[in-house]
Amino acid sequence: MNKINSYSTGLVAGLAVFFGLIVGAVIMLISGFNPVTGYISLVQSALGSSLNIGEVLRAMTPLILTAAGFLVAQSAGFFNIGLSGQVWVGWIASTWFVLANQGMNPWILIPVAVIIGAIGGAVMGFIPGWLRAQFGASEVITTIMLNYIVLYGGNAVVQGLPKHLMATTDMTKTLSATDSLRWDFLSNITGGSRFNIGFIIAVVALLGIWFVMKRTTLGFEIRAVGLNPDAARYAGMSAKRNAIMAMTISGTLAGLAGATEGLGTYLNIFSQSAAPQVGYDGMAVALLASGSFLGILFAAFLFSVLSVGGLGMPLATGVPTELVSVVTAAIIFFIGANYLIRFILVKLDEDDEKSKNKKDKKKAAKLNKKEAK
Amino acid sequence: MSVETILQLVISSTLVYSAPLIFTALGGTFSERSGIVNVGLEGTMIMGAFAGIVFNLTFADKFGSATPWLGLVAGAVVGLVFSLLHAVATITLRADHIVSGTVMNLMAPALGVYIIKLMYGKGQTSMISENFGYWNIPGLSKIPFIGPVLFTKTSSTAWVAILIAFVASWLLFKTRFGLRLRSVGENPQAADTLGLNVYVLRYAGVLISGVLGGIGGALFAQSIAGNFSASTIVGQGYMSMAAMIFGRWNPVGAMGAALFFGFSQSMAIVGAQLPVVNQIPAVYLQIAPYVFTILILVIFFAKSKAPAADGVNYIKSV
Repeated sequence: MNKINSYSTGLVAGLAVFFGLIVGAVIMLISGFNPVTGYISLVQSALGSSLNIGEVLRAMTPLILTAAGFLVAQSAGFFNIGLSGQVWVGWIASTWFVLANQGMNPWILIPVAVIIGAIGGAVMGFIPGWLRAQFGASEVITTIMLNYIVLYGGNAVVQGLPKHLMATTDMTKTLSATDSLRWDFLSNITGGSRFNIGFIIAVVALLGIWFVMKRTTLGFEIRAVGLNPDAARYAGMSAKRNAIMAMTISGTLAGLAGATEGLGTYLNIFSQSAAPQVGYDGMAVALLASGSFLGILFAAFLFSVLSVGGLGMPLATGVPTELVSVVTAAIIFFIGANYLIRFILVKLDEDDEKSKNKKDKKKAAKLNKKEAK
Repeated sequence: MSVETILQLVISSTLVYSAPLIFTALGGTFSERSGIVNVGLEGTMIMGAFAGIVFNLTFADKFGSATPWLGLVAGAVVGLVFSLLHAVATITLRADHIVSGTVMNLMAPALGVYIIKLMYGKGQTSMISENFGYWNIPGLSKIPFIGPVLFTKTSSTAWVAILIAFVASWLLFKTRFGLRLRSVGENPQAADTLGLNVYVLRYAGVLISGVLGGIGGALFAQSIAGNFSASTIVGQGYMSMAAMIFGRWNPVGAMGAALFFGFSQSMAIVGAQLPVVNQIPAVYLQIAPYVFTILILVIFFAKSKAPAADGVNYIKSV
């Protein structure tokens, strides 16, 4: 059965997407919609106009960053469910800084704000990393708990900001376009969408983190610790230090995602009923990318098309938007249960071989007969 | 306010908020004792809440005051079916437990709201007409002082939940089934060589967690939320998971932790009516359960170990 692991992750991921879309089609069929027109309307609402394409690129921005963050933690063997909370802290920290320092030169203000957002996320990643390294507390549980601590704490902070920064009790004033990551050029070429410099930051960060993970000692050590902590320790690497580093880098990237949300997309802070969804979606993107940095770009694009396209579906065909989240979840289900896909592939191959063998035997039999004659 | 009224208010609201957490935390205990990590409790609760509310809205005229109780049954059934997804993924298809649980949590709110939109044409349901009210326990409520404080205008479901916690403890630690369930969570290889069917037992653990999680969700929806929307269950499933850890994978411990978390949650709501507590900002009460869970993990790490094979897939060698 060694064959079962011989298929490329790209093939498996592609099939998972295919099966996920089938699940969505079946649900549409059962609930009385035509899946073909449903999916066509989805693609049209996502890629039909330059405005929509701009929104897809905008939606990709935080997903690339959170997915890269998830991947770094995963390389070290950790499951960072705290991306959402780290995004939220980065969002609040960066946007609050800009709100409080309006009038400062934007060329200084915005970069500093982005860095502050990244630091906010880094701190929130460091805490579970340190708790794991020092006390062995499972990062899965501590990050889930921290998400809620940060969610409620963050809401309290937002509601407690000075009155002159607030538009309502739950929402700050909106930043001016000059004090943000918006750039007229990007907005204009995409029909006035919210596409912004955050996207460039995200792609550069993805390249940077690829370099760190694949070409530097730090990245090598993190991956070594993730693959086999005992062997890494035997080779003189510190498992503790690398655990903390991986979680901190992971949080930094999520914090950057939060900064792009606050300074690029929404231009304000408003209290949340749940920790930002982009954290969980970034996890989904990283899982679909199955450990590949290039895969993150494809997966983020796919999920952004789904989420932006999903918004247009109810108007065009009456299919509720939630369908795309069901599809997303189904895709991740098949990624998680990739054993199923690999098993099917093995069976298909075996069938091929069998029928091939049968044909060969028949041919051989025919030849034998001819020779006998 | 007299001491008696204050105590009565605090205890009854604590019980109301604890009951759903107790059910769900007990569910998590069964799943993890069998070796399957269940991060999907949140999703299970969402599906339970969805089923309870839809049942309640549809059948309130027919069943009258019995409706919420039957709504719990609806929640249990839907929870069972939904948890089957987790069981198949983790036990049969060898999926990572956290990934599969996350899928449940992504899937549940989307699926619930999708169906609600098709049924009612809007993203959240109307309020239900029959919900779990307050109740006096006959006999016990007549005891002086203790009666009015503990057993008057109280939550009947919470007392049922507490009872079930003791039943669950008996089931896990005093019966053959419990011993077998725990053994596949600790050492599936050994259990297998002794002739136990690891897969069947693990399915049982996950499905029990589905039933109890579904009940927890249906209970929360019908006693506290009153309707179903994407924001009906926000974190109660994770809080139940925390209660299970806090209670060290032990039913009675999980119940105690759930009572404490329920107390902390209810304080954030009714605290405004109480002296002293109304001086504490609500945010501290909201985050308290989560902070305590982290502290417990850190302080008791050496002692609060999960079942040894929790989260480890069992692949039978051929």
